[in-house]
Amino acid sequence: MQPILELKNINYAYHTPEGETPALRNISFSLAPGEFTAVVGPSGCGKSTLLSLIAGLMVPESGEIFLNGKPLTENASDIGYMLQHDHLFEWRTVYRNVLLGAEINHMLNAATRKKADALLEQYGLKPFAHARPSQLSGGMRQRAALIRTLLLDPELLLLDEPFSALDYQTRLTVSDDIGQIIRQSGKTALLVTHDLSEAVSLADRVIVLSRRPASVLCIVPVAFEVENDTPLNRRNAPEFKTYFNQIWKELNHDE
Amino acid sequence: MNKPSRAQELFIRHLKFRRITVCAARILILAGFLFLWEFCADTGVIDSFIFSSPSKIAVCFREMVQDRSIFRHISITLYETLASFLLVTLFSVLAAILLWCSRRLSDILEPYLVVLNSLPKSALAPLLIVWLGATPKTIIVAGMSVAIFGSIMNLYTSFTTVDQEKIKLIYTLHGRRRHVLTKVVLPGSVPAVISNMKVNIGLCLVGVVIGEFLAARSGLGYLIIYSSQVLT
Repeated sequence: MQPILELKNINYAYHTPEGETPALRNISFSLAPGEFTAVVGPSGCGKSTLLSLIAGLMVPESGEIFLNGKPLTENASDIGYMLQHDHLFEWRTVYRNVLLGAEINHMLNAATRKKADALLEQYGLKPFAHARPSQLSGGMRQRAALIRTLLLDPELLLLDEPFSALDYQTRLTVSDDIGQIIRQSGKTALLVTHDLSEAVSLADRVIVLSRRPASVLCIVPVAFEVENDTPLNRRNAPEFKTYFNQIWKELNHDE
Repeated sequence: MNKPSRAQELFIRHLKFRRITVCAARILILAGFLFLWEFCADTGVIDSFIFSSPSKIAVCFREMVQDRSIFRHISITLYETLASFLLVTLFSVLAAILLWCSRRLSDILEPYLVVLNSLPKSALAPLLIVWLGATPKTIIVAGMSVAIFGSIMNLYTSFTTVDQEKIKLIYTLHGRRRHVLTKVVLPGSVPAVISNMKVNIGLCLVGVVIGEFLAARSGLGYLIIYSSQVLT
C-alpha cells in the first residue's frame, strides 16, 4: 500500500547571527493510511520542527517529503495541524472560531455550516456554540480546536502536544476522547509528545527520536490485546508497562 | 428562579452600597472643591481677580449663553478636534498596517518616526500657519501633528506583539499573510486601537487649542488668548 506520508533523509538547521543550530539529521519514516503514529523524544529535540516541515510551514534544507506519492507543495490542503494551545479567538464565538479555517479557504457554504453543526452536536458543544471561548473548560476548548481542524477534512492530522496545556485529569479524559474521535474518523495521525504514556496509550507505532540534532533511534510497533481498544483501557492493560519501559530504555540509550 | 440565599442577598447589598458610596464620594469631591474655591475667593484668601470664582464663572457663562457666542466657540473647537481626531485614527491605522506589511520599511522609517514624534509640535504651529494660511484646515493639521506619530508607533507595536502562535494557526489553516492581518492582527488589536483613541482625543484637543491661540478668530483657544490679553 502506498504510504500517505513519506519522509526521506530530512535535514534542518536554525540560523541566527550567532550561529547555526542543527535540529534534524537524516530523518526518514513513512505513515500508512489510517495509522496513528506517535513521535517521542527529549524536550527541545526538534519534534515541533518536524511537524512544521511536514505541514509545509518551513522547507527542509535537504531531503524530500512526499504526500500521497507527490512532493509536498507549500500549505498542502490535505494536512490538518493541531497546535499545543487551542488559540480560540476571544473576539469570536465558539461557532465562528470553528468556522475560521473554512472562512480562510473560502468554503463558507451551507454544506460546511451543516457539517460544523453536526460536529458540534456530536462532540457535545452545541449548547456552547454561541458562547465565548473563555466560558468553555480546557477540554471543551481543545475539542472546539479539533472541530476547527476536522472541518477542513484533512487526510493527515498533525498533533503537536495538543494535551500538554491541560491539567492531568482533564488530559487523560481529553486524550481518551480525542484519540477515539480520530480513530473513528479513520484519519491518519501523527502525534508529537514528550509524554511516553500518552504515546503508548494512543499510537499504533512510536517513533523514538534522539536528542538534538534529532535522528530516528528506533520505531516501536504498539499492539494491545484489549477488548475495547481505547486509550484509557490501554493504560490498564498489562502490556502498557512493557511498552513504556521499552521506549524509556531506548530514549535513555542515547545518554 | 430560586430564592437567593441570605449570604447572596448580603453580597448583593454590599455591592450596591459600594457603588453608591463611590458615586457619592465623586460628587462630594467636586462640590467640596467648588465650595472651597468660592469660599477662599469671597474671604479674600485668593485674589478673585486673578483666580476668579465659581459664581463669577457661572455669571459669565450665562451671559455668553444668552448672546449665543459660547456655542459658536465650542462648536468650532469641537469640530476641529473631532476632525483631527478622526483623521489621526484613520491615518495611523493605515500607516501601521503599511509598516506591518513591510518589515524592511518599518526598520528604515523607525528613527524618523521617533524624531518626528519628539519634535516640539507647538513650536512648529507658527510655521504651519505660514505654510497653510490661517484657516480651520491649519488648525486641524496642528491638532493632528501632536498625536499622529506617537499613535502610529503605538499601533505598530501592538500589531507586531500579536501572539506568534496565533499567526502560526492561520498558516496551519492554509491561510496567507492577508488572512493573518484580517483574522488575527486587526481584530486582536481592537483594544489597543481604542485605548490609543482615548489618548489621541486629548492630544488633538491640545493641538487644536494651540493652533487657535495663534491663528483664529473663534474657538476656545482664541477665547483663552483673548481673555488673557484683556487681563494684562
